[in-house]
Amino acid sequence: MARVPIAEGVFTWPSDEPQLIGSRCAACGIVTFPAQDSCPRCPSTEMAQHLLSRRGRLWAWTTQEFPPPSPPYAGPVGDAFVPYGVGYVELVGEVRVETRLTETKGLRTGIEMELVLVPFRTDDDGNEVVTFAFRPIGGVDSAA
Amino acid sequence: MDVAIIGVGLHPFGRFGDRTGIDMGAIAIRRALQDANVEWREIQFAFAGSYEIDNPDAVVALMGLTGIPFNNVYNGCATAASVLKLAADTIRLGEYGLGLAVGMDKHLPGAFSADPRLYACPSWYGELGHFVTTKYFGMKINKYMHDHGISTATLARVAAKNYRNGALNPNAFRRKPLTEEQILASRMLNHPLTQYMFCSPDEGAAAVVLCRADLAHRYSAKPIYLRASEVRTRRLGAFEVHSPWLPIEETAGPTVDASRAAFEKAGIGPEDVDVIQLQDTDAGAEVIHLAENGFCADGDQEALVADGALEIGGRLPVNTDGGLIANGEPIGASGLRQVHEVVLQLRGQAGDRQVPGEPKVGYTQLYGAPGVAGVSILSV
Repeated sequence: MARVPIAEGVFTWPSDEPQLIGSRCAACGIVTFPAQDSCPRCPSTEMAQHLLSRRGRLWAWTTQEFPPPSPPYAGPVGDAFVPYGVGYVELVGEVRVETRLTETKGLRTGIEMELVLVPFRTDDDGNEVVTFAFRPIGGVDSAA
Repeated sequence: MDVAIIGVGLHPFGRFGDRTGIDMGAIAIRRALQDANVEWREIQFAFAGSYEIDNPDAVVALMGLTGIPFNNVYNGCATAASVLKLAADTIRLGEYGLGLAVGMDKHLPGAFSADPRLYACPSWYGELGHFVTTKYFGMKINKYMHDHGISTATLARVAAKNYRNGALNPNAFRRKPLTEEQILASRMLNHPLTQYMFCSPDEGAAAVVLCRADLAHRYSAKPIYLRASEVRTRRLGAFEVHSPWLPIEETAGPTVDASRAAFEKAGIGPEDVDVIQLQDTDAGAEVIHLAENGFCADGDQEALVADGALEIGGRLPVNTDGGLIANGEPIGASGLRQVHEVVLQLRGQAGDRQVPGEPKVGYTQLYGAPGVAGVSILSV
């Protein structure tokens, strides 16, 4: 069984220290994720690849406690579904990225987070599909 | 050219088995025409809104094939606001004097879904489960509660108020009052939002007959005037649904922009509004929208809700017909259901849920994917 990324071009792969692949506008400097060909702020089409920081702070969060509608959701459903966290992590000076969170308990706005790759599902060929997520650095406060 | 509303009609919201959306649309139109004392053949133009029905103008097969210009509109959760605005603008342009705005929908139960690529989002975003609106609302209110000191109890109180108001509304989907305890104990969907804090997609239709204000007294003893109708989309930096990323720079959302524009056009301020309809996709959305529409400062909702200010007899009556939480959301019709309620309130015809003291000014707001808002201001 091989490990494969959820899609090409989302994060560096393979990599011991994976990074999300964004883009940066040569004209105005805005950073986007994922990479896009044109700037959402100015009319420029000069977008260069920009690898994002692996660490940031939790800006907003919630939990996903029911399986999202399929399609488009392609992950586990029924008894195999496990609730997960979702949030935006602010990468200082770059961008806020929407991401899965490795925890559903003990999350607090402002805590430090780091990028990890986690198993998402097994595809029809038996490959383990991995995706990016953020986890609290140093775990979570179990009393929170 | 000023615009008046001379008739409103509603097909109840809920679940209606085999009855089609078009059938519900025709029923709403007939009720609005009867309310306006207008015959279908007098209607000079129409706009129709729907998400599920490709050609809601097919309702002419049930009403009469009179050959009028009839345009179909879809604009996310603000569809009905766009329908109303386009119909009103057609009169404002002086092109026609008497027209119809109608919305109808018939959704399956459960959270809305779509192909994320149609929203300029990558496929993997949907595969991962991110393309679901409810978790956006969970994130937005969770952050708002953290930033502005709103409690979970306030969310439960808002939902309980809307179920209570829905119990007074014979056209509502959910007519059973629920206690705050029942709401808090229902299944957690997206922290801190439980199942009974959310509205559901459902079925229904609503219609409004509009005319040139100078003609209104031909039809109605108490016309209601549409002072403003504005639609806005998100600007860069707004915290919006279906956003794989957000820039660090923050800006106000489309509701704030639509609201400010509408108040400016109407020459009316939030302090003048007597009855309010807000997009309560969830209880948290009603809390946030109260501030985004200028009715209070961020954080004031905690005390306002505790003091009962949002109740039918309160200082800021919100969602007097039960809002989306009690009526559900047939997207094409939802905003015209808000207008229907405000018109009844301003005429003094809202029965058991009538706001006391002869309200003079009403307000409606829609918000939804992919970051679009619509606001209308009405007055006697």
